[in-house]
Amino acid sequence: MLDREALRERAYAVARTVTDPEMPMLTLEDLGVLREVDVAGEGEVVVAITPTYSGCPAMATMRDDLVHRLTDAGFEEVRVKVALSPAWSSDWITERGRRALADAGLSAPGPAPRRDGPITLDLLPTRRSLTCPRCRSAAVELTSEFGATACKALYRCTDCLEPFEHVKEI
Amino acid sequence: MTNPTDPAHAPSHPAPDPNDAHGSIFDGLLGSDSSQWAFGTDFEDPLAGVDTTIPDGVDPGDLAAYCLMLADDALVASHRLSEWCSRAPDLEEDIALANVALDLLGQARLLLARAAAADATVVPALPEGSPVPPEDALAFFREAGDFRNVRLTEVPNGDFAHTIARLLVLSCARLALFERLATSRDSVLAAVAAKGVKELAYHRDYAGRWFLTLAQGTDESRGRLLAALDEIWPLHAELFATHPVERAVADAGVGVDPATTAAEVDVVLEQVFAMSGVERPGRAPLAGVHGRTGRDGLHTEALSRLLAEMQVVARAHPSGRW
Repeated sequence: MLDREALRERAYAVARTVTDPEMPMLTLEDLGVLREVDVAGEGEVVVAITPTYSGCPAMATMRDDLVHRLTDAGFEEVRVKVALSPAWSSDWITERGRRALADAGLSAPGPAPRRDGPITLDLLPTRRSLTCPRCRSAAVELTSEFGATACKALYRCTDCLEPFEHVKEI
Repeated sequence: MTNPTDPAHAPSHPAPDPNDAHGSIFDGLLGSDSSQWAFGTDFEDPLAGVDTTIPDGVDPGDLAAYCLMLADDALVASHRLSEWCSRAPDLEEDIALANVALDLLGQARLLLARAAAADATVVPALPEGSPVPPEDALAFFREAGDFRNVRLTEVPNGDFAHTIARLLVLSCARLALFERLATSRDSVLAAVAAKGVKELAYHRDYAGRWFLTLAQGTDESRGRLLAALDEIWPLHAELFATHPVERAVADAGVGVDPATTAAEVDVVLEQVFAMSGVERPGRAPLAGVHGRTGRDGLHTEALSRLLAEMQVVARAHPSGRW
């Protein structure tokens, strides 16, 4: 008799340890990308992940990492599917994930903007109250809303003069 | 005659031999697992596990054609933006334009896959055994006449002001459209749109801020921006002209009639123009040919040249594995 719930829990325990290929200090669970682990048919593990941005190039690597980790842990059949809806939000990054980002010198996102009705145009530079992840100074300036990966903006601390990355709110 | 064991005549960096018993110098790069190689792997199906059932009362051919329209706008605009790579005014803008291009490419990929899933007959036939997935076949193996993007997306980049003016108009229109499309009866379109809205809001703010900066910058930047806006304006109206396919899918509750977004987009553009001290251009729309425009597959010569570059490698190796 197949104990689905026990199998599911065991698979989840493995899947939740897989890390993001571009921000390896974060697990896919802490990033909010790991949406579901389920057991189908004769014990096939079905994992659902969601892209952070539509063009996220890391999805294939995430899938491969999940398949390998689960296979190594003894699960013979593993399938990874895409969950497009609901769309990923930076609000899904867990508290532990936020601490991991800060420990790695990245600035964690604030609350995602609430959208009611048409999105208003904003012609002024994005205002966020951030502190430098290195020296804790609040004297920071935005360099660019776009960074080395789709999910990050570029900042600079005007006290310690170091650049840093901020995970954007979406 | 040279002595092969003489170090003076041995090549300093011998070419790696994959059959060498000791392996090649590149082996370490892959670790023990070739699928860790980030550039060589991909999701076979970007809609893996997504429900692609066609909602009741929708013609599959219309749905596929509509998805191609939305996909081709994004694909062609993405390619034009990616042409800025290493050529932008500074490194931050280079990265920003590439980010915007990547978002649009992601949207295009999902929408092309959705088109193929709705009606497989839109996908070009490839040689037996070709590993090219349907969305790639649609991107790389269709002729210009099969592309359904609006002509605004395909015209050459021009200078940075030209790219900013075009991106502003495109992202205003696409954002307004996607906000409405997020309630589509087609679950894939609704999901792609809901996700795209978040990305397009960033794109529109980026383009709007640069528009304002250039307009209120130097005489040179303002002059270039005004010239660029004047140049692209004849292609603006096509974004809001309703094609019969758009009307059909809008009536079926899966698509959006772009004409219904025109007033809202006008208000947003007017805001940018007013803040920038720029007059709304008065140039008349570029005519179609016998009423046919981009949505019908009638394009400017620029699209053929763009596709020639974008498609050449894929077409040279229709059975290639990447």
